[in-house]
Amino acid sequence: MAMAGTVARRGLFARPTAKTGVWGWMTTVDHKKIGILYGVTAFVFFLIGGLEAIFIRLQLAGPNGKILDAELYNQFFTMHGLTMIFLVVMPMGVALMNFMIPLMIGARDVAFPRLNAFSYWVFLLGGLFLYSSFFLGGAPDGGWFGYAPLSTTLETQGMTFYSLGLQILGIASLAGAVNFIVTIVNMRAPGMTMMRLPVFIWMSLVTSFLLLFAMPVIAVALFQLMFDRVFDANFFRLSAGGDPILWQHLFWLFGHPEVYIMILPAMGIVSDVLPTFARKPLFGYAALVFAGIAIGVMGWGVWAHHMFAVGLGPVANSAFALSTMFIAVPTGVKIFNWLGTLWGGDIRFKPPLLFALGFVSMFIIGGLSGVTHAIVPSDAQQTDTYYIVAHFHYVLFGGAIFGLFAGLYYWWPKFFGRMLGDGIGKLHFWLMFIGFNLTFGPMHILGLQGQPRRTYTYPEGMGWDVWNFVETIGAFVIGLSALTFLVNVVASRRRGQEAGADPWDGRTLEWSISSPPPEHNFDEIPVVRDRDDFWHRKYRENVPAGEPAPVIAGGAGDHGHIHLPSPSYFPLLAAIGIPIAAYGVVLIGREVGGGPIVIAAGLLLTLLSVFGWAIEPGTEE
Amino acid sequence: MGTHEVAADHHTSTGLDNTKLAMWGFLGSECLFFGSLISTYLLYRNRVLSGPTPHEIYDIPYTSVSSFVLLMSSLTMVLALAAIQRGDHRGLRVWLLATAFLGMTFIGGQIYEFTTFVEEGLKLQTSTFGSSFFVLTGFHGAHVTVGILMLLMLVGMSLAGRLDPVSEGSRKVELIGLYWHFVDIVWIVIFMIVYLVPTN
Amino acid sequence: MGEPKFRRVWLGAALAALVFALSGCAGDAPQDFLNHPEGPYAREADSIWDITFFIAVAIFVLVEGLLVFTLVRFRHKPGRQAQDFHGNTRLEIALTLVPTIILAGLAVPTIQTLFDVSREPEGALQVTVTAKQFWWEYEYPDLGVITANEMHIPEDVPVFVRIESDDVIHSFWVPRLAGTQDAVPGRTNTLLLQADEPDQEYLGQCKEFCGLSHANMRLKVFTHTQADFEEWAADQAADAAPATGAAAEGEQIFLEAGCVNCHAIRGTEAAGATAPDLTHFGSRTTFAGAIFDNTEKDLAVWLRDPPAVKPGALMPDYGLTEDQIQSLVTYLMSLE
Repeated sequence: MAMAGTVARRGLFARPTAKTGVWGWMTTVDHKKIGILYGVTAFVFFLIGGLEAIFIRLQLAGPNGKILDAELYNQFFTMHGLTMIFLVVMPMGVALMNFMIPLMIGARDVAFPRLNAFSYWVFLLGGLFLYSSFFLGGAPDGGWFGYAPLSTTLETQGMTFYSLGLQILGIASLAGAVNFIVTIVNMRAPGMTMMRLPVFIWMSLVTSFLLLFAMPVIAVALFQLMFDRVFDANFFRLSAGGDPILWQHLFWLFGHPEVYIMILPAMGIVSDVLPTFARKPLFGYAALVFAGIAIGVMGWGVWAHHMFAVGLGPVANSAFALSTMFIAVPTGVKIFNWLGTLWGGDIRFKPPLLFALGFVSMFIIGGLSGVTHAIVPSDAQQTDTYYIVAHFHYVLFGGAIFGLFAGLYYWWPKFFGRMLGDGIGKLHFWLMFIGFNLTFGPMHILGLQGQPRRTYTYPEGMGWDVWNFVETIGAFVIGLSALTFLVNVVASRRRGQEAGADPWDGRTLEWSISSPPPEHNFDEIPVVRDRDDFWHRKYRENVPAGEPAPVIAGGAGDHGHIHLPSPSYFPLLAAIGIPIAAYGVVLIGREVGGGPIVIAAGLLLTLLSVFGWAIEPGTEE
Repeated sequence: MGTHEVAADHHTSTGLDNTKLAMWGFLGSECLFFGSLISTYLLYRNRVLSGPTPHEIYDIPYTSVSSFVLLMSSLTMVLALAAIQRGDHRGLRVWLLATAFLGMTFIGGQIYEFTTFVEEGLKLQTSTFGSSFFVLTGFHGAHVTVGILMLLMLVGMSLAGRLDPVSEGSRKVELIGLYWHFVDIVWIVIFMIVYLVPTN
Repeated sequence: MGEPKFRRVWLGAALAALVFALSGCAGDAPQDFLNHPEGPYAREADSIWDITFFIAVAIFVLVEGLLVFTLVRFRHKPGRQAQDFHGNTRLEIALTLVPTIILAGLAVPTIQTLFDVSREPEGALQVTVTAKQFWWEYEYPDLGVITANEMHIPEDVPVFVRIESDDVIHSFWVPRLAGTQDAVPGRTNTLLLQADEPDQEYLGQCKEFCGLSHANMRLKVFTHTQADFEEWAADQAADAAPATGAAAEGEQIFLEAGCVNCHAIRGTEAAGATAPDLTHFGSRTTFAGAIFDNTEKDLAVWLRDPPAVKPGALMPDYGLTEDQIQSLVTYLMSLE
């Protein structure tokens, strides 16, 4: 294990220099390593969240289940939701964005490499903080949506962890969003105009803007929840005139953009995978880009469709019904464009394509059921039943997770230089596809037969027994598929086929460099002449905009001297201070003393680390 | 701050410096943050089921003075930036310290105002008005405090010669200046909505 | 790699279709609203669902069918060359307009129905539902009736329900008669119910997660002819008959053991307001949020230790002796 060496310094302490070993990973600012850290962590949380789901399904396999009591069940379903959303889908998307954005735009790293590392460590520590609640009095048990006044009045301590844990994770997301926006806008290779960017990059940009504007809203809501629980404030206190609906508005103003945050990167991945495996250009590039932007913008105008039963009144409900229906239009545009990409192609069914097709086919279902929710009088029946659970699992699992796996299988060779097994990959896909549909398909039926959500048990004689049992079987099949993936990963590392730079005959820049890429990514920053520039360099296809682009003011490419950002301790140190401060708040909430000092210590650590970070140069010469 | 390898040496696709772009993005996010807090305040300022009402407790003349102080700090911030842009480090430090001092005066004024309110019966726990008022203005004060720390850090960096060359130093001062002006503008909005707009 | 895949695809699709077809025959599900709207308001929601669902299925078949077709038609074969087109503006515009028009078409009945089911009609029966953790209180202000968990309504009469909550957000739901509205503390929401048939029993439950026993916050709605309903209401409005014989002992225990802190029995000194009104407890078929049958056995189990059988129940374990419990059971069951 390499130890930190000493180096001529301009910062407070000697700069770490290790590039390998544990120390290397803990001080890395390389976007590729950080991407891997995000990916591994997200996958571990996927397994944990999946285990929570298995327990939920075991409890619900039959009436009057005795596997989980009511309190534990409430913790498990809350943590399952929090885990899958904040600790799996979002960070896995960020993992792929981290690794791929610089490679796809022709850059050496992201705009703020240390901020990037900071985002990862804050994410990891936030997730650990949240899970530590299981051992410190109980995990959050008020649902991932934390409706007040239940969330403010629950005497169990979990919701305090909820208010703080999500806050920590929000900091990581916000920092990441700023980083990716600046990277995409400002660090493109010469000739890489916005309309030549791969759709994955566009979707990452829109996602980052959504994060930028949505995270602060939930931050406010979480602060208010925390102040009510820990400091007896009155934001949601009924006796003081507090309004529970305020929570819902703030939460869903964040919450709806949040679901687009989860799906857009996956949509971007699908938009890049389909052309490669159909061996033809993306159909309707501009339409896809604009549809993505439209979804991002319109996504701000639909939040109250989560509140149709709250009593906002027919006028408000009508307005949101309309906006919700119309957001289906850009979504439909995307689906048609994906079909158009496949049409007329030369389709090869490799695992990345299978998962991308899984995305498209499952997202169609989830999208259609979503439109049925927009029909307000019908939604009054559908809401809070398993029909809704079916919808969002179809879009988030059938959609986002399948899309993310498509990205993993697609870019795995680039990350690690080895292919993931083809046969095992296909087995993984089919197990996951079948298991997924077995688990969530019948939920449509159960919902329409009146089974509500978030119930730890149901009695006999409701007619729900058979489908619940089937769903539990399905959950185990999904679990099996996850293990299959693990087997594939291990096998790939041990004896996976070597990948080479361009195993899929790809179209975009990342396939022009070795697998895995050197630390500096590109020996020479490329000059981009076209969309799918790499493909055209390979095949000299006749493309309308074939002339070399004028070199954009700014990105003038390398001067021949590659300088890379140097590793640093400070992102990790700054990150550590934050959960420490959070534990201080927990102490105050439990009235055990010492809270304020712990908060001060945490904040001081972060402050000093940021100070050290600010005065050390990005690159040690 | 330390990203010089990208910001200074390499040109950027838009011609705008990375850190400036980042700061604008962050400030955009902060608009939503304060917007949510202000919205909450607007919902709750007339729901006073116990304790003093806004009308009873605000001391507009007093708060006007502290607002003026903060506004003046934006002026000194502009002067600080002008100083470094012409290479005048001493001038920079004078005006940075002036800005920090005015900021500290504002914070001192806030603290005094808060303690007075508490004595007069308005606490975080008193009413929805109390909660939303203190959380809104408290977060603003925290932002000002962070700004003051950053200003003092700039003074230290200037003394240690870390703001050379002038182009680099100007960039960093401008960055903090952006943040400072934003915090000032937010205060203008808060002052108007919270203090000046009449309540029932 | 080649053909077996597509056999699997067709097999999978056929299986899925079979599954959904079978869903119709899934056996009796008392809270099923899809196939059993039993009143005009439920039917309004159901009919608009029918249109929407039909359109959704049509689109599903079309688009997924097109997807499968495309995959089969353009799968790799030796010698195949991918075509090189980038888009088709007219197609894009058409595929943007068509969904927009379909949705606009759907929007009209949606908004109409939405307004329809929220207008209070003439001559509606007024009921106020107060949701509490974890049971339902019903008050008929015009009839002087207060009861819990089991609502009774006459056939063919619109029931205008005001929904409130004392503690956290709940949601009142009787699937076969109407959609939900949330019970939000601090405000009053309204809902219209109406049943076609008399002498029916409809199940429902709380739909908004409200804590430990959210799953145990169920309810029933009984429908009657107008005459039967009026009789029921008159009986319910009356005070409890004085307890005689064995029941009198139970009444004593009830009044002394602390029950009166929360419960009311009109006609006695018991006037608690936070727990179910027990004046006519014996006339109900279930209790404790409609999760237990109103039998001597179940009642005794409940009285022994309520939170043990209903997590989070606010009724404490009073440490009653078996004799006390038996007496109380006799008394409570006598309150017809």
